[in-house]
This record gives sequence, C-alpha cells and structure tokens, in this order.
Amino acid sequence: MKLIPRLLGAAAFAASAMSAAPVMAEGGTLVIVSNQTPRHMNGGVQSGIATAVPSTQIFASPLRYDENWEPQPYLAESWSVSDDGMSVTLNLVQDATFHDGQPITSEDVAFSIMTTKENHPFKSMFAPVESIDTPDAHTAVINLSQPHPALLLALSPALAPIMPKHIYGDGQDVKSHPRNTTDVVGSGPFMLEEFTPAEATILKKNPDFFIEGRPKLDEIIIRIVKDPSSMLIAMENGDADMYPFMAGSQEIRRLKEADHLEVTDEGYAAVGPLNWLAFNTANEKLSDVRVRRAIAYAIDRDFITKALHRGVSQPQRGPIIESSPYFTADIETYDTDLERANALMAEAGYGDGMELTIDYIPGPKEQQQSIAEYMKSQLKKIGIDVTVRAAPDFPTWAGRVGGHDFEMTMDVVFNWGDPVIGVHRTYLCSNIREGVIWSNTQQYCNEEVDSLLNAAAVEQDQEKRKALYAEFQQIIAQDVPIYYINATPYHTAYDKRLINPPKGIWGAMHPMDMIEWSE
Amino acid sequence: MNSSYLLRRIGYGLVLMLCVVILNFLLIRLAPGDPAMVIAGEMGGATEEMLESIREEYGLNKPVLTQLAIYVGNVARGDLGQSFFFDQPVASLIAQRVGPTILLVIVAQVLSIVIGVVLGVLAARKPNGLMSGFVSVFATIGYAVPVFWTGIMLIILFASILPIFPVEGMQSVRLRDAGPLAKALDIAHHLVLPAFTLAIIYLAQYARLSRASMLEVLGSDYIRTARAKGASQRSVLFKHALRNAALPILTVAGLQFGNLISGALLVETVFNWPGMGRLAFDSILRRDYPTIMGVLFFASAMVVVANLLTDLSYRLADPRLRGK
Repeated sequence: MKLIPRLLGAAAFAASAMSAAPVMAEGGTLVIVSNQTPRHMNGGVQSGIATAVPSTQIFASPLRYDENWEPQPYLAESWSVSDDGMSVTLNLVQDATFHDGQPITSEDVAFSIMTTKENHPFKSMFAPVESIDTPDAHTAVINLSQPHPALLLALSPALAPIMPKHIYGDGQDVKSHPRNTTDVVGSGPFMLEEFTPAEATILKKNPDFFIEGRPKLDEIIIRIVKDPSSMLIAMENGDADMYPFMAGSQEIRRLKEADHLEVTDEGYAAVGPLNWLAFNTANEKLSDVRVRRAIAYAIDRDFITKALHRGVSQPQRGPIIESSPYFTADIETYDTDLERANALMAEAGYGDGMELTIDYIPGPKEQQQSIAEYMKSQLKKIGIDVTVRAAPDFPTWAGRVGGHDFEMTMDVVFNWGDPVIGVHRTYLCSNIREGVIWSNTQQYCNEEVDSLLNAAAVEQDQEKRKALYAEFQQIIAQDVPIYYINATPYHTAYDKRLINPPKGIWGAMHPMDMIEWSE
Repeated sequence: MNSSYLLRRIGYGLVLMLCVVILNFLLIRLAPGDPAMVIAGEMGGATEEMLESIREEYGLNKPVLTQLAIYVGNVARGDLGQSFFFDQPVASLIAQRVGPTILLVIVAQVLSIVIGVVLGVLAARKPNGLMSGFVSVFATIGYAVPVFWTGIMLIILFASILPIFPVEGMQSVRLRDAGPLAKALDIAHHLVLPAFTLAIIYLAQYARLSRASMLEVLGSDYIRTARAKGASQRSVLFKHALRNAALPILTVAGLQFGNLISGALLVETVFNWPGMGRLAFDSILRRDYPTIMGVLFFASAMVVVANLLTDLSYRLADPRLRGK
C-alpha cells in the first residue's frame, strides 16, 4: 500500500516541475497556438494561413509592408517602377545569405518569382511577368506584358518567398519538394528546427539574418491545437503567448477578460476575410436580379453582427474589405426593408413564395451555420422557404459549390491585399470554372465588370484605379451576385508583455523579427 | 497448444486483414468529396490544370478497381503509400503517432483493469453492501456517459476551473530541452486526464464483470472448502476466487482492445493527444485516403494481434483448453 503515497509524491513533483517558470535564454520563446495545420513550409507554392505564418518567418521576400500599406525595403534595399509600368527593378541587399550560408542573388529572385508564377494558386499575382533579367548578382529586372500595379504587394513575404535556386532548382516538382518540410532553407529571421505534422513547428533564431540586431526572439513555437477550448485554456494558463486568427465571439470575449492578455482586431487589413451569401446566378429562380435584391433587403446585417456575433464582427457592404484603400462606401447597402423585399418578390412573379436551399462551410459555426439558420427564418418573411443543407465536411461542401450544385451558399473568401489577387477571381467571366472552388462559382458574368477589372489591373494612377474599383463595386451592388455580410472578426490575443505584436496589414503572416519580450 | 492451431489462427488473421483493406478502400471511396479539391482548397484554390495534375500525381484519375489493385499490392509489400496532404510516407506519419496512442491505450487499459477489478472484488465481498451499490451505480453511469463528454467535463474541472492538468497534447513545448526525468514526468502529467477519461468507461465494465464473476465463484464448493480449511478472507478472495474469476475478465480485456483504440480516437481529439486517432480524424476530414487507410490498417492489425494474443493467453491460463 506504499504505492499510493509514492504516486502522489511523483504527481506533486511533476506538478511542481510544471509550475516552475521556464528557463528562458536571452530573447526568449514565443508560443503561438493555431488550429491550422500546414501541409509544408513553402508559401511560394501554397496559399493559406497555415503555411504563411511559418513561411514568412523562414523565407524573406523582396519587400515588406508597414501598417499604412506602404512598401518597405526587405531583401530589396530599393526598387523602381519604369515610367511605362512595364518593368520593375529590384536592387538587392549585398550581404544577405540563405540559412545554409549561400549568398542570395538575383538568380534566386528570378527563379522564385517564376516558380511561384508557375505553381501558386493565385495566378493573377504574377501573370503579367514575362521574364526576369539579372544584369548582375544584386539586380533583378522584372519585365511585364502589361503594367501591373498589384506587383509590389505581391512581393510581400506572404506571397513571394525567395527560395534558394541551388535547392529547389534540382528539377523536382516544387509543390511536393522534400525540402518543403525537412531541412527547409530560406533567408528569413527564423530557421526551421522541427516540423511535426499536425503537432508543432519549431523555429530557431537565424543568427546571420541580414537585418542587424534582429530577430529579437530566440525561438518561435507554433503549436497546433484543434480544440478551441484547449486553445483558450492554454492562453489563460500562460502555456501559450499568442493566438492569431481567432474568430469566435465567445473566445474573443473570454480572452478579453484575462488580465495578462491583450486582444486586438488589428492585423487583418490585407487578409480581407469576407463572410458572404453567394447566389448561383445560373439557377432559374436566382437568375432574376429582383429575387436576389429581395433577399438582400430581407436580411438584417446588423442583427447578424450585433446579435449573432455579439458585436465582435464588423458589417461588410461590398466586395472589397472596408479597411482597404480601394473600398467605396458609395454603394447600395441594402438596409433591411421587408416591404420593398416583398414588392420585389411579387414583381419577379414569386408573390406566392418559392423554395431555395442554402449551404454553408461546416466548421466555423458562428460565421456560417448560424447565419444559414437565421436566413431560414428571416427569408420566410418574404415567402421563401429555405432548406438548410448541412455538409458533413469541407470536401462535401466544396464539391457541391465547386460543381455549381447549389442555390445559395455561405462562404468565406479572402481579398489577399490587392483586388487583383483576391477579388477579381470571384467576378471575372473567364473564371467560371466548374469543379474549382473559390473561382467564380456564382457563374456571374457582366462584360462591363470584366472591362472595369481589367482596366483597374493595369492602371498605375492610384486615384484612377480607385475610381475604377468604385465603379466596379457599384455595379456589383446593383447586380447582387453576392450579399456581403461581415468581415470575419479575426482577432489576435497576445501576452501584454510582448512588444511589437503583429498588427500590420498582414498580421501574423509577416516576419516577427521585431517582436520581443519586455521582461 | 499445437503449432497447426497457431498457424491456422495467423492465417485467419491475414485473411481478415485483406478483407479490412478492401472494405476500408471501398468505404472511403463512397464518401462524397474530391481529395484533389481539398488539396486545392488548402492551397487557396486552383486552376483546372492544377486539379488535373493533382489527380494525376496521386493516381486519382485511374479506375477505382485499378487503384484498389495497386493499393493492395503496395500494402502486401509493406508500402502504405504517400499522404495526399503532407506529401510524406504514411508509414512515417503513423510511426510518429503510434507511440502516443499505445501509451494512452495501455495506461487506460491497466488503470481500468486494476481499479475495475479491485472495485468488483470489494463489491462482491458484500453483495448487498454500500460498496456493491456504489459499484453498480458507478458502472451504470460510467458505461452510459459518452467518452467525449467525460473528457470535456474533466477539462472544465481540472484544467479550467482548477488548472492542475494541461490539455495541450502530450508534452509541454517549453520543456522540450529538459532532462529525461522531467520529460517523463511532463508526459505523465499530460497523460492523467486523457487516460482517466478513456479508462472510466472500461473501468465500469470491469467492475461489473469482476463483481458478477466473483459472486459466481464465491458460491462454489471449493471456496467453501477453502474457508473451512481456515483460509483468510484476503486469501479466499484474491488467491482462490479471483484467479478463477479472472478468465472472463481476460477475455473481455482482449476484446476491449479494439474498443479502446476507437475510444482513443475521441479522447485524442478532445485532449489534442498526438496519436493515431487524431491523425485518422483529421485525415477523414481532408479525404487523405492513404493516411486514413494506413491508420485503419494499422489499428486493425493491432486488434487482430491483440485478439490472437488473448486467445493464446486464455489457453495458457486455463489448462482445460490446451488439449482442444
């Protein structure tokens, strides 16, 4: 019977070991919790938050952006755009090296941009790039087939990691290259120490980082935790220091109550996550714009953001995130008007009502399922009998929507900084592709919209470009292929002792070389 | 025990495994959703050419029966394939996860047997006593409550309200560079809640089973004889009665192994335990066919082997069965 006291003793010892403050080296460790599982570390051939957070620490890029959307030097110490907008010259820093000690040259830049153009799902980022000249080891001249104002933003860390040509240029498929997961070599502030799929990514300080005095931290650990409650407990108990991309209202409110934590919604301007209701405009009933407008007038956006989301999300009125410089407020916003909605339904010949289905992405319940269920009761007020179609998992939903087998669906789509990268894909007639999720799955086609988007894609004058996008937003608001509901309320919770938390336009998808502990 | 019996049992096991491989393959293909679209979704979208190249790369554009034949052939050679999602060999993904699952399952199994049997024996001592009533109520509740609910309740109690135990996986990331003893204690600390959660349901079963077996055995003539010879209560209970009552417990322990593995799936998901269950769960959501099939194959093999070992140990424990 001496076993029990012994076990208790061991447990007590273990508990005391757990509660002891971790021994920190100078610089310290930052533990990030995330529910996103990265496939690998190479953001040049893979989009998404899961890869972008570690990729932007491991790989440097030509430029980085400040919180005012202004490009800043990174691997390129300076750059210039030709007067006709047909080329961009990057002048690289002289002494930058990859993690394996090899120097970074213009050849690496040329290789990386062309590889990303070839393999990244965001084809529009580098589509106009025809060739890249490398007149010397530290100069890269990007030649374009047409002016491409979105190019500078596409040279951000989240979208244009510079890969070592001596590793990725070995002829293997870069999308499934073994060095995307093991012994990954970049030139960013941190080096990959360990990547355990679906468990943790451990990044160590790059002692030879080309920006002197950075990074400040010794180590970043990205811990993958699938259960939201466990993530909250880890943050509350101090087992984790940062929780980016947190969107649940209960989570946000709960962590705001923790004295040692700060919770902010800054850091997601370029991500531009829009939560919306999409219409299949090829559907007989929904092809009538009056029906789509009637639905838009029936929905109460404020009820969704204030009641369903408990005030943590911001209403979204158009296709471009409201924090973007290209957003215009001068559009029809469809404030709730049931009388008008009923009149439109009658005008469209559906005065006796109709039946529709609504799909939603399984998982983020508050942003998707709850709104779909709200639609059911709300649209009943204008005679629409809505059936909510649940999907057991993402592949099922993606199959339905990608295959155009839907009538209405909730969806979340990111703007990704410049409209050319994340907005055009949803509206261009040429991007109606059956079987491809997050293409123009609404099957919406308007030649005027196409010509406005194509003109905005090449317009170098910022004011004229804004005007083109304003006109685009006004037409979309009239045509209503999509009803915009809210910006996904991404928040970052972090330990108050952290200095320079990720609040820039790319948030945690940005080098964390300036983050440090205050004590 | 003769060798032909052993060979026959191994043969049955292999045939069963082949059936499992084929059934798993076909069942997973019945689920809606295109893995290429999931991979494309993870990438942030894709063109038709990219989708086609993904299907080509993973052989998804071949007829299903061709894919099945290729898969069975590969498994026969010990190749479980390449994960669609991680682009890594499935065998290495399983190798990373099998340790934590086995640790969790074995600790839960030991806890449930030891505590369950002790409770059952104590309850059998006085069939109408307080302990017996407690065991019956506890067993009913333990058996009825879903394992994930128990897990969530334990998390609320012992990780949130009283932050005694961690819930984020198997090890504290901050103690990665600690010594072996500190690491072992750290793992033990992380293991407490998931192991108890998994053990509770089976513990209840063992308690009921051992109580019933003991009651039956305690009424036997040889127990009366042992008491008449002046054997102590402890000796009667644990030396004479329990040894005979243990046979059904042993059988159930072997049969429960498969249930423990499936229970581990839920427990691993609730506690973020980095085992095969969580890998299987995540892989199903991602339509990562090779990984799902690899995990199911491996788990099935573990159950088949556990049942075989149970059968053999049963024959070892009961001399009457050896000649049959």
